[in-house]
Order: sequence, then C-alpha cells, then structure tokens
Amino acid sequence: MYVYDEHDRQIAAERVEQFRDQTERALAGELREDEFLPLRLQNGLYVQRLAPMLRIAVPYGMLRSAQLRRLARITRDYDKGYAHFTTRQNVQLNWPAIEDVPDILAELAEVEMHANQTSGNCIRNTTTDQFSGVQADEITDPRPYCEIIRQWSTFHPEFAFLPRKFKVAVNASEHTDRAAIQVHDIGLQIVRNDQGELGFRVHVGGGLGRTPMVGPVIREFLPELDLLTYLEAVLRVYNRYGRRDNKFKARIKILVKALTPEGFAAKVEDEWSHIKDSPTRLTEDAINQFKGYFTEPDYQQVPDVTDTLAAQRFENREFDQWITHNVDTHKKPGYAIVSLTMKKTGTPPGDVSDRQLEQIADLADEYSFGEIRVTHQQNVVLADVRKDRLFELWQAITPMGFATANLNTLTDVICCPGGDYCALANAKSIPVAEAIQRQFDNMDYLYDIGNIDLNISGCMNACGHHHVGNIGVLGVDKKGQEFYQISLGGSSHHDAAVGKILGPSFARDDMPEVIQKIIDVYVDNRTEEEPFLDTYRRIGIEPFKERVYA
Amino acid sequence: MPDVITSDGNIRQDNWVVVPRPAEGESLDVPHQPALIPADLWLAGKEHYEDRDDIGVWLDSHEEPEMLAGVVNELPVIAVNFPKFSDGRGYSIARILRERLYYRHELRAVGDVLLDQLQFMKRCGFDTYVLRADKDINKAARCLNFFTQGYQAATDTDVPLFRRRAS
Repeated sequence: MYVYDEHDRQIAAERVEQFRDQTERALAGELREDEFLPLRLQNGLYVQRLAPMLRIAVPYGMLRSAQLRRLARITRDYDKGYAHFTTRQNVQLNWPAIEDVPDILAELAEVEMHANQTSGNCIRNTTTDQFSGVQADEITDPRPYCEIIRQWSTFHPEFAFLPRKFKVAVNASEHTDRAAIQVHDIGLQIVRNDQGELGFRVHVGGGLGRTPMVGPVIREFLPELDLLTYLEAVLRVYNRYGRRDNKFKARIKILVKALTPEGFAAKVEDEWSHIKDSPTRLTEDAINQFKGYFTEPDYQQVPDVTDTLAAQRFENREFDQWITHNVDTHKKPGYAIVSLTMKKTGTPPGDVSDRQLEQIADLADEYSFGEIRVTHQQNVVLADVRKDRLFELWQAITPMGFATANLNTLTDVICCPGGDYCALANAKSIPVAEAIQRQFDNMDYLYDIGNIDLNISGCMNACGHHHVGNIGVLGVDKKGQEFYQISLGGSSHHDAAVGKILGPSFARDDMPEVIQKIIDVYVDNRTEEEPFLDTYRRIGIEPFKERVYA
Repeated sequence: MPDVITSDGNIRQDNWVVVPRPAEGESLDVPHQPALIPADLWLAGKEHYEDRDDIGVWLDSHEEPEMLAGVVNELPVIAVNFPKFSDGRGYSIARILRERLYYRHELRAVGDVLLDQLQFMKRCGFDTYVLRADKDINKAARCLNFFTQGYQAATDTDVPLFRRRAS
C-alpha cells in the first residue's frame, strides 16, 4: 500500500496549517460563509442537519490498522464514538465541532490520512474495486494508477473550482465491475490492446443524481503513459464549457449529452493534441515507482486444507453459508478474500463504533497483513486471509457482528445516512433499510432469492446509488410527508443500467410489504438459476406493477 | 492608485484601469491612462491603439483566449476577470495564454479575487492580482505561500513531483 515520502508529508502538513488559518479567519468573520464554504468542503467539512459532518478520504478504499486505530481514537476524542463507511469508500464523522476540525486533520496527517477534496466542486477521491491486487481475473493492479490520479488531482491549481463535483473510478477486472465505473464522471477500464500494451478504455459522463446516465466510451484505448494528459484534457474541456448557470445541469454528463459523445470526444482530442507531450505525460519510471508500493505481501505456503474446510462446512451450516456468501476466491492458492459485513439488522448500514474500528484493526493485523479495504457497498474486506485460518476467523468475528452471511443479498443494503443525519435528504433511509432487513430475516429464503442489489437514497443526490440498484428506493417529500419511490432493473456492474420507476410512491410503513410483493413476482416467474435482474429483463416491469398496485 | 499584489506577495501601486464593455450601441471610451479594454474590441480596432504602449486587454471568464493567438505579445498586460471567485474558468484561460499562446508579459487577475484563490492563480501563470477591496491585502503573502511544492506540472513548473522523485 502507498506510503508517504517526505514530499507527501510536507504537503499534508502545509494543508493542515492552511486550513487552520482559514478556519480562524472564518471564525473571526474575515471570510463570509459563502467564501468559507468551498474551502471547508474541500477539507471534508459539511454543515449538516444536526451538526457538522467530516468526510475523511480513504484513497481507493485502502486502510492500514494504525489508521483504523487513529480513526477510532478520533471518534472517541472528538465525536460520539462511531463513524460511518460511505458509498464512495470514505469514512464520515457525524458530530465533530467546527473549531476542532484543524486538530482532527492534524491527527489524521500523522497517520498519512486527510480529508482533501472529499466534497466541493473539485476532483473527488478516486475509487476502485475492493478486490484489487488479489483477484485472479485482473489485467493489472489498478491501485498504482489510482494513486497517480490522487496525486495529480490533489490541489490541482486549474481544477479547484469546477462547475460541479467530479468523480473518477478505475476498474481492472475483465469480467466484473465492482467499482461501478460507468456511473462516474470518468470511468477508466484497464485493458490490453491487440499488441498487448496496457491502457484504458475511457468512459465519460456517467452519473447518478437527478439525471442518471451510463457513461459512453469516448476513447477505446488510451495508452497508460497518456493517462494524466488525457485526464487533464477532459477536465479542461469540462472546466471551460460545463454549465455554471444551473447547479442541476452542471455535471459533465450534461455537457457530454449536449455535445454528443462524439462531439465531446472530438473536443477532448483537440485539447489533448496540445498537451499530450507536456511534462505531465507519465514515464515508465514513474509508473514503476508507484507500482513498487503495491507489491505482493509475504504470502506463505499454506498447507492444503480442502478436506478440513469441507468437513468444517459440513458440520457447521452457518460457517458453510458464510464461506459461500462472504468469502471470495483469491489469486494465490491457500488464501481467501473475506468480506466483513457491516449490515447487521438494527444498525445503520456502514456504521461502526470506535471499538469495532479497533476490532477490525486487530483482525487486519492478525489475519491480513495489517491492511483492510472499504467497499462502496459499505462493507470491509480482509483481502489476504489464509484458508487454514478461516474457521478461526469466522469464530472470532461472529460475536462482533461482522459475519452476517448476507453479502450481495437483498439485506446487504447500500444506504445513505438519510434524513436522520443529512440536511439534504427528503426522507429517512436507515429505518427503511432496517424494516426491509427485518422482513427478510429468514436466511434460507434470502439465499433462495439470490443476489439482489437493494440501494436506498434519501434524496435525488443519490448517495445510496438507488438508480443502479436492481431494486432502488428513493425518498421523496410530498407536502412535508416522507414517501418512497421504487425503481427496478438498475445495475452498477458491466451491464450497467439505470432502473425504471415502478409508479407512484409509497408510505414508509408499506415498504417491507411492497418489496415482498416485488420478490414474490420474481419467485413466481423465474426460471431455474435465473437471478432477479435477468427475470426482470425478460418479463419487464408490467407484472411487478400489476402485483404491487393491485 | 489601486494596490496590486505581485506573485512574491509584495504590494505595489499602478494605475491600470479596467474599462467595462460599453452598452449596446455605445462606443468604447478609452481614458488617457493605462487601460485594459475588452479583448475582442481591441482586436477589432487594434490599429487605433498602435501609438499607445499603455493599452492592454481583459478577458471575461466565458471568453476564449484563443482569439488572441499570434498577437498576445503585443499586449503589455492581459487581465482575466473572475466574475465570481467560484468561477474556475479563469484558471484554464491563464494556462492557455501562457502555455499555448506563449504570452510573456503581465497576466493580472481582476474581479472577485480573494485571498485563498491566489495560490491557484499563481500556479496557473498569473503574476499580479487586484484583491477585492474588502480583503486584507497584508495577508496575501501568507496565502500565496502556504505550500512549498505541488504535485502537478502547471505554468509555474515543468516538473511534476513524479519527475522530481525519479531524478
């Protein structure tokens, strides 16, 4: 994992002092609220419904145990003893005091963390697949490129005041897309061309929010050394020509649509032709230097435990289900990828206490080379667990509440903080998630209905990615009352699609029953082994409508 | 005379004025003092100003600096207007003037210019700044210099950090 050198440390320390100065000027009345706003947002600080909220960056989801322990300490010393994993692989504190934020940022900088550009109209944290570097079907590890983009985008002097926020995601797996790249402002798919050279297929203009869109490809193959100059060209075209007159039409997707993908691509190519050989062009040496931070850990020869595992699974059904659902294949024989689910019914999805953060840190040290990954599904991954220790790990995490074997099932809900915490929300989202989890508490039934992405957002801003849920739930406000609109058929994977709205919205109390009816239609119509999304695509939305509004 | 900040954080006075765009049907009234006039109007009537060495131009944030291709270095000063500090187009305009049109003379930020944006302007090639009147000009030097280095190449440096590390 990336480790700061003296340059990074100096820049991080200078950033903290700058924000301390800015905060002092704001508190002294020298900066108007609208002037301080973008400065604090670009340091992660929102002012929310009940208190400020600090969004801390977790670059491409990677954390070391020491960083987790520091986060735990910060939640105790400056907050209420818990934190929230977000849908963009970051961490949020819900109750910090504004005047404490510079000190919190200083504490984070000591462990090579920051809150830079986690909000505001700038380039946000770059995200990627949580299984990067450990999955078998990946073209190359995407994390060095994510770190290259992180550094390039950090305090980029030209792009600190874009028309709107800007999110980049990178995917390197050939067959799966866990990073939802097609619904990002820029989605980069790592590919090899016919000559075997490494590069990127570039999607631009995907996104959720008010105008959900799957990002079109604007370049089929971008050689890896050209990554930054090309990104700079895209950003410059957007910075110059993106709409600034209407906040709701300011994302790059609107510009791409207005110019058409071909027209937009031509503008980018023209801009790029001027800068492609500029000093921003990457070098082989530079890429290799970044790759040097993401080498394999010290994997051991693990004895073949196939028989033991089979016996343990046979004797213990819950362990067997956990292996089936929460454990994935690792590229190294003898190792496994374990997802710790943060979705125990009764706790808001993604919420973790200070004690749990420390438990996760201990687990990382004990079982996974001291590192974890945060997923955009708001879970946590131990990427390098020895297979001969899986049973022991499972026993350890069960009492901690991290072993709910519901990964990728209906109750592994993606959910924003919603109206309980967020000033933007139209409706609460957490109680809806909980009510649905309670409705579907029978694990056998849950496994029978298979993998279903259920995503819940409390408002149009779509932090809960409702458009790309197989079942999406959106909180809406109707004359001061909270209602919920349902969409079906969305996907954030390789077959990315925006869901279709089912019809009029529902009251919160009706939601579990409505979801039950949708599942019933699926169960009644599916062919053997057909997942929810495929059934939906085959039979269309009508049968669902008929049942739900009958 | 107005105070002008330079990129090293010093303060100097000069009397360049920004001449606003005349209303529809009105003609441009160029004062007898150093004057920055709308860039397109200068281009349209450039021959009228050939005997004066105190005429520069200003570009608004929606305008295309490319219109000045080939003639930029006839101008002693180009100003870029920030109608609102959160309008970031001026940064791209500055870089294009410097890095694509090879503009060598003074590049000035005018309009809603605040302290915390100076560092970005400097990196994009501005070298003078007219701070909004209510801001404390004595804090400019500090705000220009919070960072001793940046990650990227920009107008101020040809060497991004990844190249400095490799050398």
